[in-house]
Amino acid sequence: MADSFEQYWAGFDRAQRERDVELMTAQDVRGALSAENPSPRDFLALLSPAAAPFLEDMARRARELTTRHFGYAVNIFTPLYISDVCTNHCRYCGFNAKNRQKRTHLSVEEAVREAMAIRDEGFEEILLLTGEAPRLSSPQYIADVVRRIRGHFASIGIEVYSLEERDYRMLVEAGVSSMTMFQETYNPELYAWLHPAGPKSNYSYRLNAPERACRAGMRSVGLGALLGLDRVEHDGFATGLHAWWLQRRYPGVDIAVSIPRICSHEGSFDIPHELDDRRFVQYVSALRIFLPRASITCSSRESADMRNHLVQICVNRVSAGVSTAVGGRVKLVETPPQFDITDSRSMAVMEQELAELGFQAVLKDWEDPTADRAEVSA
Amino acid sequence: MNDFFEIGGVQLKSRLFVGTGKYRSDDLIPAVCAASGSEVITVAMRRVDGSGRGIMGHIPSGMHLLPNTSGARTAEEAVRLARIAKAAGCGNWIKIEVISDSRRLLPDGYATARATEILAGEGFVVFPYINADLYVARACADAGAACVMPLAAPIGTNRGLRCREMIGVLIDEMKVPVVVDAGLGRPSEACEAMEMGADACLVNTGIASSGDAPAMARAFALAVEAGRAAWLAGPGAARSHDEGAAASSPLTGFLR
Repeated sequence: MADSFEQYWAGFDRAQRERDVELMTAQDVRGALSAENPSPRDFLALLSPAAAPFLEDMARRARELTTRHFGYAVNIFTPLYISDVCTNHCRYCGFNAKNRQKRTHLSVEEAVREAMAIRDEGFEEILLLTGEAPRLSSPQYIADVVRRIRGHFASIGIEVYSLEERDYRMLVEAGVSSMTMFQETYNPELYAWLHPAGPKSNYSYRLNAPERACRAGMRSVGLGALLGLDRVEHDGFATGLHAWWLQRRYPGVDIAVSIPRICSHEGSFDIPHELDDRRFVQYVSALRIFLPRASITCSSRESADMRNHLVQICVNRVSAGVSTAVGGRVKLVETPPQFDITDSRSMAVMEQELAELGFQAVLKDWEDPTADRAEVSA
Repeated sequence: MNDFFEIGGVQLKSRLFVGTGKYRSDDLIPAVCAASGSEVITVAMRRVDGSGRGIMGHIPSGMHLLPNTSGARTAEEAVRLARIAKAAGCGNWIKIEVISDSRRLLPDGYATARATEILAGEGFVVFPYINADLYVARACADAGAACVMPLAAPIGTNRGLRCREMIGVLIDEMKVPVVVDAGLGRPSEACEAMEMGADACLVNTGIASSGDAPAMARAFALAVEAGRAAWLAGPGAARSHDEGAAASSPLTGFLR
């Protein structure tokens, strides 16, 4: 086994993959659909144009696997943006350092107040997000927020910039149980163009971040490409392969996948390879078939209608009560959001609508039994 | 005939244990309990919150609660979850689940045996979920387990009695009851486990993922009952297909 996913991924040739995907046949797709343990080649078959006529079969297979492994439970979480100060220049992002906009960085006290407001809404799982400003939003600052709120949430996740293994370990010890790292694109040349400056321009450092988190003892590690930057047979394939590889290399870690599709933001950016709904559903169905036990998260970038349908196919984790502006629950802010949310349902509405679809919202799916709160709350 | 299943100091009429996960709604739990006739229900402590919402409020009062340590990856986490369950008023029964491979979801026998030893020493009635492995089963029994719960197939797979031969070994060898857990997707598979001599079955996914959970719970109850009755009756001698059929009236009976 390769020492790192970076090394493993380097063994896959882009041009060869483009030829392979065009040569896939209906027979290959049928084989992938009936495979007990689908291989990376089966996954590629499911992403290929040859699989398009099998979309309904794929969705049904994905649903069967999701029901078997997750039942009718859908985990609910909510994000809290604690800082949008960012030194990166990502061409597609609303937090881009070049965007001249008002920025907000919550103090630890302000972040705690926002988190308490979220707790009062009944959420048990919270995701903390920051832009990349390591001096202002340092690992220590994030850990300080986590330590202050850990007694009030069953689980705390982070979606922040790439960190050192020692920083991930400190955050785990502070009470973080999950991290999500979006590689954005697994195409190094495209990555370099999309991230022309700032610490995020280091492709390799970001690509290796999930492994550093796994080694640091993170309970759950999530991945995702920003869909639409490159073709799905490249970035979609790489995302699934990355999760598949990590599952084998770090069996003690829950590997999860997120499926963000690029959408509008502050500034101008032409989406290079926009993914239409059919191709999007093909991709997420293929992910489930390839990764039957991986949690698949769908954010509020997608519409309520799309999320309602994806829950019935393969998504088992969704956000609710989302604001992508920093603060916003207690502190009144005027900063523009990182991206426009299209599903603004509150937790109560989400629970109700999931119930109408025959699904059960699960607010608490894990709580560290060695933490103090667990003994108090049970 | 009274055929009670005695475990943890109680006599159970039903040999089917049910679960609380994966349902479309927790509102289904009372109906599943009623339809199954089950008297034991397992609940994942990781999903229990202190708010009074959720699973616990849906469990009928007459059920024996079997909290489980699902989500634990170490013996220490399992032990802590067990203590939390007890402190929360869930009784002293505990199903130990320690799984540290999130892809295969196979139980860690060593950690399970360690947790069993600690918790049995603290007075818990321990139900360890294990691979169908004789040595792990013996280690758990020696550590004070009230029974062993070998998996029929990997959890959540509904793949049936894949570990049939090894479960047969446990049924033959173990002095403590054998409760077949995980992987039983169809009532016929639960029936087969009981026919083999298993003492009870635990079924969650097979019921919860059905289109009609209460109806499937009823089907599993009937299957478990039938399998148990068959085992008690003792099966007739089986013949392979190669041996051909056996006439019920002897062909040579005319010879004096």
